[in-house]
Amino acid sequence: MSLQEEIRQFIVDTFLFGEDGGLRDDSSFLQEGIVDSTGILQLVSFLQERYLISIEDAELIPDNLDSIGKVATFVRSKQAAPGTGQATAQALVPEPA
Amino acid sequence: MNGSTPFSRHLLHLNPELEADRICRRIRELMLSQVKRRGLVVGLSGGIDSSVTAALAARALGPERVLGLEMPERHSAEESLRLSSSVARTLGIPTVREEISATLESVGFYRKYEDAVRQVVPEYASGWKSKIVTSGITASASITAFSIVVQAPDGAQLKMRLPFKPYLEIVAATNFKQRIRKMLEYYHADRLHYAVAGTPNRLEYDQGFFVKLGDGAADLKPIAHLYKTQVYQVAEYLGIPEEVRSRRPTTDTYSLAQGQDEFYFALPFDQMDLCLFGKNHEVAAREVAAALGLTEQQVELVYRDIDVKRATTRYLHLPPLLVDRVEWQEE
Repeated sequence: MSLQEEIRQFIVDTFLFGEDGGLRDDSSFLQEGIVDSTGILQLVSFLQERYLISIEDAELIPDNLDSIGKVATFVRSKQAAPGTGQATAQALVPEPA
Repeated sequence: MNGSTPFSRHLLHLNPELEADRICRRIRELMLSQVKRRGLVVGLSGGIDSSVTAALAARALGPERVLGLEMPERHSAEESLRLSSSVARTLGIPTVREEISATLESVGFYRKYEDAVRQVVPEYASGWKSKIVTSGITASASITAFSIVVQAPDGAQLKMRLPFKPYLEIVAATNFKQRIRKMLEYYHADRLHYAVAGTPNRLEYDQGFFVKLGDGAADLKPIAHLYKTQVYQVAEYLGIPEEVRSRRPTTDTYSLAQGQDEFYFALPFDQMDLCLFGKNHEVAAREVAAALGLTEQQVELVYRDIDVKRATTRYLHLPPLLVDRVEWQEE
């Protein structure tokens, strides 16, 4: 199964009860109400675990995640780039008491 | 807006006396015509919304027909009880205090919560504090992500983005708080033959910032039509103590202090109010941006976020859905 087909399968199984309903590779998840904002979190967790990539906050944008085609392109670019791995913790300055 | 009415914060100004009178008349009408109970229970948090709701209920029905319910737990802010007591004294309403930590313990809340946090911060334990924060949508054209901020006993803080599973588990556990509080509100309402007043303001009601069958449950919601800015105007008119009116709005839900704009809303409430008002009245993002000192793109992002939240929280407002209409029901 190709990367694109795997992502389609995940979307259809997870968010559409297994019914593809004419979902195109360029259908907007958010605008067409296919995936809501919590669903995007689920998609991101799937991508990180399935493809062993780390997705940073700045990469959580519709251009990367809002359609099957965009997700596939994004995952390919992450796999090709060095430095994939687990998300890192960010130390904060303590709040005043 | 047309040229003679520039878009500004003044558009949210109301006559608090007229508005309070109108709401009180409506509370009495609804209680007499539909609710048919003898008084109202209001959960008091020490925040502005519950204080104004209690004040309006007391004004509409008489203070002796309003019960203020204080329901602290071990993560509640220290000042919450002091402020809610001050409001009750000011209004002259009776109160009952129900400490809910033992109930939360018995349903496994604290353990479930800590187990969920430990999925991302393995060293998290009793004595640590935490809260959820959002990435904020106006920093970039990002999709909202949630992070957990934890504070160790020595004060050191750490922030980690939450994966899907622990995020849902933390929110699900935390919702116990609102649901247990609502259960107690209805217990006292039933024993007194009262109804329950909900306390959402317009921002919260419109944007789905409530827990279904938790703080979202009520028999009437007297201030759900008021922008938060307007709630403050009515609060001043009703004589709500200044300390309550000047308190930063918090969720008072997590062990670390959490502003509503950290967790849910894209902007502080006064800016969110104007964006919501602008969107409701089809004001161009450019005009709203000029009034708020934001960029047009930022306001467009907030407009889009308002639509997204309306769509994704619509089910919170729905009654249970039936396959077929049952004939005796009203349209």
